Amino acid sequence: MARMKFLCDADRCIECNACVTACKNENEVPWGINRRRVVTLDDGKPGERSISMACMHCTDAPCAAVCPVNCFYTTADAVVLHSKDLCIGCGYCFYACPFGAPQYPKVGNFGSRGKMDKCTFCAGGPEADGTKEEFEKYGNNRLAEGKLPLCAEMCSTKSLLAGDGDVIAQIYKERVAKRGYGSGAWGWQTAYKESIAT
Amino acid sequence: MAKIVAHMRLIAGALALAIVVALSAPVSAQQPNSVNPTADAVKEQQLLQQLKMIQGRGTIPDVKSYVIEHPVGRNWQEFHSVTLRWIGAIAILGMLLLLVIFYLWRGMVRLESGRSGRKIVRFNAFERFVHWMTATCFIILAITGLNITFGRPLFASTVGSEAFTTWSEWAKYAHNYLSFPFTIGVVLIFLMWIGGNIPNAVDVEWFKRGGGIVGDDHPPAYRFNGGQKAIYWIVVLGGGAVAITGYTLMFPFYGTTIDTMQYAQMVHAVVAMLFIAAMLGHIYIGTIGMEGAFEAMGEGTVDVNWAKEHHRLWLEDEMGRGSPKGARAQPAE
Repeated sequence: MARMKFLCDADRCIECNACVTACKNENEVPWGINRRRVVTLDDGKPGERSISMACMHCTDAPCAAVCPVNCFYTTADAVVLHSKDLCIGCGYCFYACPFGAPQYPKVGNFGSRGKMDKCTFCAGGPEADGTKEEFEKYGNNRLAEGKLPLCAEMCSTKSLLAGDGDVIAQIYKERVAKRGYGSGAWGWQTAYKESIAT
Repeated sequence: MAKIVAHMRLIAGALALAIVVALSAPVSAQQPNSVNPTADAVKEQQLLQQLKMIQGRGTIPDVKSYVIEHPVGRNWQEFHSVTLRWIGAIAILGMLLLLVIFYLWRGMVRLESGRSGRKIVRFNAFERFVHWMTATCFIILAITGLNITFGRPLFASTVGSEAFTTWSEWAKYAHNYLSFPFTIGVVLIFLMWIGGNIPNAVDVEWFKRGGGIVGDDHPPAYRFNGGQKAIYWIVVLGGGAVAITGYTLMFPFYGTTIDTMQYAQMVHAVVAMLFIAAMLGHIYIGTIGMEGAFEAMGEGTVDVNWAKEHHRLWLEDEMGRGSPKGARAQPAE
């Protein structure tokens, strides 16, 4: 089985934010929530890099470990998903997440948290694949249709890679070897406890 | 002739262009060196070592999303899943065990001189209302709070995910909403009993003599003895701490960052665990631990002999005041 991962090649990202828009549109993500965002480091300075970041679908995911109601599960493709039927909106996964992925719609009084929403690797949720219920809660289940997450699929510079970790690591290694530099696989050490030797 | 002039102009123009290109060539040749992407790129590990987090500039309104990596959440995970569970289990189960052992060894502290049949008002209706409002909220807050830490390993698989979620969601609402009457209760307790709860020399003596609960001694005390003052300050300071940290968590990102909230959760949880342990001791001594103690907060009155044994200085004050409100004779029941 594949071990699905994201890899953002920061030396290619041009901060066009199309991944953010594609994600919002494909999954009909509610107002105020961005499952993916692009952040620019050292903006305006030499060596500036932009990185597209979302849930990294960690190995031994911290969100799953701290959830008081055990609403997370990991699929056979190592995608970390959660059940909105079980989530109580306590906010603990956000405290634990190294990537700021979980977000909560503001519902009710004093900005209290609704059901958590995060990137699903375009793999939906616990409902049956491709159903209306699944789409309304989690967005499109592209993985079940044999497609990869849309953010990476439509990335104009092919900076954002999604897919089997070994395959995308190999692609990245070849790029780095060919062009002679690479700022590394951002977040991999934190998410997967491994990095790509370049 | 005109043809020759046109040729000359063309040649001159070509020469001028060649000179310009030749002059500018070294400049453009240097360009790649000044922005060498290999040498200048920001480095992930370096940023993490320096700042413990990686933050940049984003384009969406959600400012907190500009932090892209913040591995310290792993430490908080360790605290929540391991450290806190040990602290809570040791504090609460340890206190329960101590109380059971103590009860078996000491038993209920009896009224040595029996009941006199005369009663004296100890807590008025307002004081009792505040006490029981705070106490009821505390018990519900404690149970719903413990559910967050211990519910999943203890019950989630037994009762099933759906049932556990339904319960936990109601528990979360109860925890959020009952925090308000609880906080009001803590503030009122602070204000209405501060007068009798300033530590003084009598308390030192009281603690030296074991408070009368260890052994059969009856060290004198005013309205509140050393132990009760300790409970008072645990409620005021502990209650204040859980209230402040609790509201920090209830209103996320109102002037707080993810670090602040992690620390707030740690303080909230640890103080709450110790608070629960302390309150178990308070509940014990107020019920099965001591004869005649519960009625002080139950009906508001205590037997004069109870007051004589446990709060002699207070009783003398009340009697000396001689007000009919302070002490009133009642027929034996």
